[in-house]
Amino acid sequence: MLQKVQLIPMSGSEAVAKSVMQSNVDFVSAYPITPQTIIVERISDLVGEGGTKTCFVNVESEHSAISACVGASLAGARSFTATSSQGLALMHEVLYLTSGLRVPLVMAVANRALSAPISIHGDHSDMMGSRDSGWIQYYVENAQEAYDWVMQAFRIAEDDRVMLPFTVNMDGYVITHSVEPISLIDQAAVDKFVPPRIAKTRLDANNPMTFGTLTLPDYYTEFKRQQEEAMRNTPAVFDEVTSEFSKLIGREYKQLVPFELDGAKVIVVSLGSASGTIRYVARGLRKKGLPVGALRVGLFRPFPTKQFAKLVENADVIVVLERAMSLGSRVGPLGSEIVNSLYDSPSRPRILDFIAGLGGRDLAPETIEKLFRNGVDAASKPSGLEMDFLGVRE
Amino acid sequence: MKKPGWRELPIGATITQPGSAKQFQTGDWRTKRPVLNESKCTGCLFCWIWCPEPAIKRGTGKAVSFDLHYCKGCGICAVECPVHAITMQEEK
Repeated sequence: MLQKVQLIPMSGSEAVAKSVMQSNVDFVSAYPITPQTIIVERISDLVGEGGTKTCFVNVESEHSAISACVGASLAGARSFTATSSQGLALMHEVLYLTSGLRVPLVMAVANRALSAPISIHGDHSDMMGSRDSGWIQYYVENAQEAYDWVMQAFRIAEDDRVMLPFTVNMDGYVITHSVEPISLIDQAAVDKFVPPRIAKTRLDANNPMTFGTLTLPDYYTEFKRQQEEAMRNTPAVFDEVTSEFSKLIGREYKQLVPFELDGAKVIVVSLGSASGTIRYVARGLRKKGLPVGALRVGLFRPFPTKQFAKLVENADVIVVLERAMSLGSRVGPLGSEIVNSLYDSPSRPRILDFIAGLGGRDLAPETIEKLFRNGVDAASKPSGLEMDFLGVRE
Repeated sequence: MKKPGWRELPIGATITQPGSAKQFQTGDWRTKRPVLNESKCTGCLFCWIWCPEPAIKRGTGKAVSFDLHYCKGCGICAVECPVHAITMQEEK
């Protein structure tokens, strides 16, 4: 049943806070950091207004915020936190602990560059620095997706086949601070989609258990193998949950979002908010007769390797928009996944990995057009792999 | 004992049964075992006080005995015994 559309102007941060309050979240602990601060402020406001069962705990750091959430989640509470950049870096050790303890925590990450030099602006360095921490990672494109993804994230994270933490990644400022018309979902529909959490195992004085145990060399690998299995189970659960959401709410989400891939010889691959600009530019170039398309990666962990290879099988050139670096590596983190995905593929398209949009540098249509033009120019060259900077001053 | 495979273990290394530490026999770690010369033992129980595990059992008479399921072979008892009644012998 489709809901009556009610559009409310909201920033991405406000949309996330609203979604948290609607998703039967029991516990929130977070520490403010630009550009995530408004998420925490709005949750605090909404809890302060009363009429909710959500418990909000103020702490002295991000390390404490996520630690409090892990404890609450092990006690059976549906828990949420949010952070950015240095805050995510400070959480780093607890990120591994969260996934290793199989805590289905959901965290919004307002993606921002890492110091030094200090930058408060957007890129994907923060999450890419934690990409191997065992969390499911989804990158949204706009505020509506951020709103929709908080509730879907809980459903995927808490599924028995998964039980892994989930990050909803949203570009700092571009998504967190832009005001967009948000289609809110009726509380009754949300309650149906994400009813209060009933944890199967939890801290309970009447049924004592020990969490956070020590393992010796004869057991550690077995628990890591379990985590890998949970990651392998995630894509199927992702499809089930997004399909249910689509039937209930009418908005459909995919692991990979293709645009004009039919006959596309040059495909620009991206994460996050720049994808809209990429589609806009691609549409214009298509009208001029250039065989271009775009592919947005929504789900970054687990990476949909096979699906990716299938979608780009007829391309000559893949141009990657890389908003993070892996210093000393041949390509950036997104490019790495793409090279990885195409190893088994009979077609070996040329891959151009462009570092752009670091530290909040604007990704205007003119910049994006350069990505496509570079790809078109490379189409006649033999297959290969190149990494370069786009728009760096010499 | 055959150890459980990854499919059989509770997720997140959670211990679901309270008090199960009793089943964990830390004596497996030992490379040296304490051996008592009963004729020297005065029953002063210094070893019983000092043993960090505690893996020393009081007998009915003077002499003590060792619970080798938990004795890690640290040798503190042998060092502390005032009459040198305990010696540490290599495990084979």
